[in-house]
Amino acid sequence: MSTPSTNAPTGRRRPNAGDGPELVPTHSDEPLLQVRDLTVGFRTEDGRVSAVDQVSFDARAGELLAVVGESGCGKSVAATALSGLLPHNATVTGSVRLDGVELVGASPDQLRAVRGKEIAYIFQEPMTSLNPVFTVGRQVAEVLRVHEGMNRRDAMSRAVELLELVGIPTPRERIKHYPHQLSGGLRQRVMIAMAVACNPRVLVADEPTTALDVTVQAGILDVLRDMRDRLGAAVVLITHDLGVVADVADRVMVMYAGRVVERGEVHELFERPRHHYTVGLLGAVPSARTADGQQRLREIPGLVPTLAEQPDACTFADRCPAASDKCRSSQPRLDVAPASRHEVACWHPAGTDRAEVPA
Amino acid sequence: MGRYLLRRVAQSMVTLVLATMVVFAGVRALPGDPARALAGEENDPARIAAVRAKYGLDDAVWLQYWHYLTNSLTGDFGTSVRTNIPVAEMLKSALPVTIELSLLSLSVAALIGVLTGVLAAVRRGHPAEWLSNAFALLGLSVPNFWLGLMAILYLSVALAIFPASGHVPFFEDPVANLHHMVLPALVLGTGLAAVIMRQTRSSMLDALGTDYIRTARAKGLAERTVIGVHALRNSLIVVVTIVGLQLGALISGAVVTERIFGLPGFGKLTVDSVFQRDYPVIQGVVLVTASAYILINLLVDLLYSLIDPRIRVQGEAA
Ligand SMILES: Nc1ncnc2c1ncn2[C@@H]1O[C@H](COP(=O)(O)OP(=O)(O)OP(=O)(O)O)[C@@H](O)[C@H]1O
Ligand SMILES: [Mg+2]
Repeated sequence: MSTPSTNAPTGRRRPNAGDGPELVPTHSDEPLLQVRDLTVGFRTEDGRVSAVDQVSFDARAGELLAVVGESGCGKSVAATALSGLLPHNATVTGSVRLDGVELVGASPDQLRAVRGKEIAYIFQEPMTSLNPVFTVGRQVAEVLRVHEGMNRRDAMSRAVELLELVGIPTPRERIKHYPHQLSGGLRQRVMIAMAVACNPRVLVADEPTTALDVTVQAGILDVLRDMRDRLGAAVVLITHDLGVVADVADRVMVMYAGRVVERGEVHELFERPRHHYTVGLLGAVPSARTADGQQRLREIPGLVPTLAEQPDACTFADRCPAASDKCRSSQPRLDVAPASRHEVACWHPAGTDRAEVPA
Repeated sequence: MGRYLLRRVAQSMVTLVLATMVVFAGVRALPGDPARALAGEENDPARIAAVRAKYGLDDAVWLQYWHYLTNSLTGDFGTSVRTNIPVAEMLKSALPVTIELSLLSLSVAALIGVLTGVLAAVRRGHPAEWLSNAFALLGLSVPNFWLGLMAILYLSVALAIFPASGHVPFFEDPVANLHHMVLPALVLGTGLAAVIMRQTRSSMLDALGTDYIRTARAKGLAERTVIGVHALRNSLIVVVTIVGLQLGALISGAVVTERIFGLPGFGKLTVDSVFQRDYPVIQGVVLVTASAYILINLLVDLLYSLIDPRIRVQGEAA
């Protein structure tokens, strides 16, 4: 995995090696996407909601980063914040650098040039993410016309190729169809065709297989793998399915209530989970196969809190078997375990002696 | 599409036949002798006899209806009892005026309504939204006749920019024709513009919150494409429906507006014929109006299916 691809960024050298929590670059070059202290709040009728709190991570070319965590923990919000796609009631602070170029607070023109071309999305909702009044061919062609300057005919014939590439049968017929004439699986493939049309360098896939049956899933995961391996894209895969993570991911990032609580290389993290939340998530694997054949995150007693403000404390403390007073009065920061590429935000990580004996 | 179109056209034909039955029954349901009504209430026995013979009023009812239907289809609506001019001719001279007035005010209303509606949706919280809303409220609450009178008072009498009344046929002098039509079209279109504005605004706001708009933005489309193409096309589905429902109001509004501006259109013909109990003319007017409604409904449905593919392909998917 992670072989430097020909498509790797020719970005600037990292100016300051110690500027983020991610201390162990796998390549000598700067990560393609550097996210630092990304924080997102929403103004709502019931006041402020904090959705994402100081999230930092890197996405590297040729690497697949999986993001896991319970529903509502801020995965989608963090992902959509990357290219400024959140609704107007959102406030975003922190830094998102693509090849060293800052995207938080960038001009609309700058963001437009990045969206669809450099950073592409496959959204969580295949049924509603396509415009019902345009043919799927037109919707795929549109992104080519905008970014590649193709004319209508070239863009359409490229759209046919793309639909074929993502495994849609009879693509020449299909481009004339409207979204409502396609099944959920086909619509998601159209979304993927649209996302990969301009060979984006960062591909964000937000639960791309959740709504689909198992046979369709495999095909879609193949496309993601292909994007990473053949085109050297940085793939960010948001998922609930730990089986999928084990299958395709290089690194995993675990989120809880808007924060990153653990992050590491996939085998390391699966074998030696250090955050008690991760331990809980992994607890049921591989026995918890649900009726639809997916491995779901195990139920952990209690609920993810919806927070107005992020407290200076561990937000998992109330559900944690190892919580101490310290956990309720001081926020643990992501910290690298010695001799591993494995970070955890916990005062009493699992797998150490102190874990079982709260102070 | 073909099947849907055929079905809609067939439906319209049935409705049209029903309309002719209602019109046919209308005059005959009046108390007293229909021959007398059709002859214009004068007790001229010769004339009544002539009408009786012409319409075959002694025949069986179904035969009478058949005559009426075939006559109407060939454009024979009888003769005005007041002017002795064939009704068909009166309709032919009045209809273009009303059609022009309606189309002009519809265009004005659609243009103003959609533009301000989109503006109000996109510029939420800006003065533009406030202005658009104020305009909509005004447009909805001010009656046609008052607006018309004010327009005449200020723009025609005081400032003399537009003529206060009168009509020039389009093919005689297009410029003079439009000059005469501007005020009536604006006055008639204001209410509809307000309705369209409000509808556009709310369906635009709905559309802007959808997942496919997020997709459009995520593709890197310019904001004007996102709004003007992706969101607007979806909003128009609702707008077209509303416009279709409002066209009836437009036609009745035309009656008042034509009256105010002295336009020799359908509205004037209707009012005159009703006041003069000119039954053959009333019959013709009602039949043509009913046909216009049916035709407009058909057109709106077809337009609707052009904008929304989910309707268009229903028949084929089955
Ligand atoms: N537009 C919004 N306005 C207010 N709050 C929002 C908005 N969008 C998201 N949120 C809140 O932000 C939090 C994180 O939501 P997000 O969609 O990122 O969760 P998620 O991790 O993707 O969950 P899932 O696995 O169900 O997709 C939730 O509590 C949600 O209610
Ligand atoms: Mg989500």
